[in-house]
Amino acid sequence: MGIAVSDSLRSDLATTVFDVEAVRRDFPILTSQVHGKRLAYLDSGASAQKPLAVLDAMRNAYEHEYANVHRGAYWLSETATQNYEAARSKVRAFINAADDCEVIFTRGATEAINLVAQTYARSLLKPGDEIIISALEHHSNIVPWQMVRDDKGLVLKVVPITDDGRFDMEAFEALLTDRTRLVAIAHVSNVLGTVLPVAEIAAKAHAAGAIVLVDGCQGIVHRPVDVQALGCDFYAFSGHKLYGPTGIGILWGREALLDRMPPWMGGGDMISSVTFEASEWAALPAKFEAGTPAIVQAIGLGAAVDYVRSINHAAALEHEEALLAYAIDGMQAIDGLTLHGTAPGKSGIIAFSMSYAHPHDIATVLDRAGVAIRAGHHCCQPLMDRCGVPAMARASFGVYTNKDDIDQLLKALHTVQTLFA
Amino acid sequence: MSGTMTLDELADNFSLFDDWEDRYRYIIDLGKKMTPLPDSAKVQANKVEGCISQVWLTSQIEGTGAQAVLTFQADSDAHIVRGLLAILLILFSGKTAQQIAAIDADHELAKLDLDQHISPNRRNGVASVVRVIQGTARRLLAA
Repeated sequence: MGIAVSDSLRSDLATTVFDVEAVRRDFPILTSQVHGKRLAYLDSGASAQKPLAVLDAMRNAYEHEYANVHRGAYWLSETATQNYEAARSKVRAFINAADDCEVIFTRGATEAINLVAQTYARSLLKPGDEIIISALEHHSNIVPWQMVRDDKGLVLKVVPITDDGRFDMEAFEALLTDRTRLVAIAHVSNVLGTVLPVAEIAAKAHAAGAIVLVDGCQGIVHRPVDVQALGCDFYAFSGHKLYGPTGIGILWGREALLDRMPPWMGGGDMISSVTFEASEWAALPAKFEAGTPAIVQAIGLGAAVDYVRSINHAAALEHEEALLAYAIDGMQAIDGLTLHGTAPGKSGIIAFSMSYAHPHDIATVLDRAGVAIRAGHHCCQPLMDRCGVPAMARASFGVYTNKDDIDQLLKALHTVQTLFA
Repeated sequence: MSGTMTLDELADNFSLFDDWEDRYRYIIDLGKKMTPLPDSAKVQANKVEGCISQVWLTSQIEGTGAQAVLTFQADSDAHIVRGLLAILLILFSGKTAQQIAAIDADHELAKLDLDQHISPNRRNGVASVVRVIQGTARRLLAA
């Protein structure tokens, strides 16, 4: 680079440089073949593959340390409880939450958002109060608000996006009123890859007296997340996109807000006392974790968080950006291929269409070439309408995505071209 | 699409390809040769719910009961799906309700080694088409 670096700094760089091949060895499934071809897994945006560390942690939990949590006065139950609560602490540290009690285990991000809609919005909002979402939201961050809007007489407003897929800040400011109570937006678009300026949105929302929920399903994977720096009030994400298991997700919320919210589901573990006349709710986070939780999945998520933290994030991000630029360069050279979402600083998610082939055709042909991508509306039908297409194809990266994956994608896209164009 | 081709003949043609690209090219070609549905028929009422691509199906029924002859037309916005629909029409269209209801679609389609695309167990538009076609035939039998 033409810059003099000291030997000590050079050795620091050597130990922190991102070695994608070493990362790939942590993911056993990546050595699979499909249709006799090397697997190029480019659907991590839908669900990521799992490293051995996660598989081992879950197997170990079931094999050696499994019992129900928060119940038994015996070694196994205490150990399982410790491991389950340790996973919560890992998540708390990972997102820089103030306290473990602010970290609620849910089944996934969908449940996390529904929890806020069904407790905060349902109990604390009044008819005529306004909720603002954006045009690039996943159905999970649209439908829960529509349901509570219809039941409570709330108003749902939508911030448009620009042609290149950016959040339209001016339009957002114009939508804020003294009736705005909640702003619910994605951190990173699952289709366009756009990274939303969450801190700026949160500051403006707070100035208007509204709180902010962030759908962090893609954000938690592609960007460092510090909920204090983001300045949001809720942050929701799923475990399975963060290299953890399915069936587990996180709702982080500020303690003062969670305290004001009534419980959603009733059952065991969420009460402090029950009589047939009345029950008293348990303290946070138990108030929102009725029933036996997904114990081993939570432990798996904890292991996934440890795994992600073991990787140099800055180096991984640099790798992702280089791959993204390389992929976009190659894709733009293909006649008839349109990229959807070209916002500056976007993350490793590439939505595209081809004029001569339907996304279903593209995905089918790519599958034969060992390339796994997503095709469809990506649970974002309003966004498809905005982009004027019924469906898109999407290649999305994980921490293990390498140049071979992109080369395989580009080669297969040329096959699509020869078959259909 | 040749109106007289049978699924067995199609299977013979398929067996000539040892390359998946050629196989897809042939399927795409079958779709291109199929009479397209007019836009007026591409309406919600004719839509077969699928996950990724859009599929439309219309049926014409001549006669009644088990001996009624059913003629189908189908279309999709995806090329490969349109080709697969052409294959389904070869299998089902122009036959009696009794014949259609008796067809073991899984068994027949397995001859083409395209199971991954058109097995009725799959949750996609093409598989749904098989259910709609056989459902129409069964309703005629029950009437």
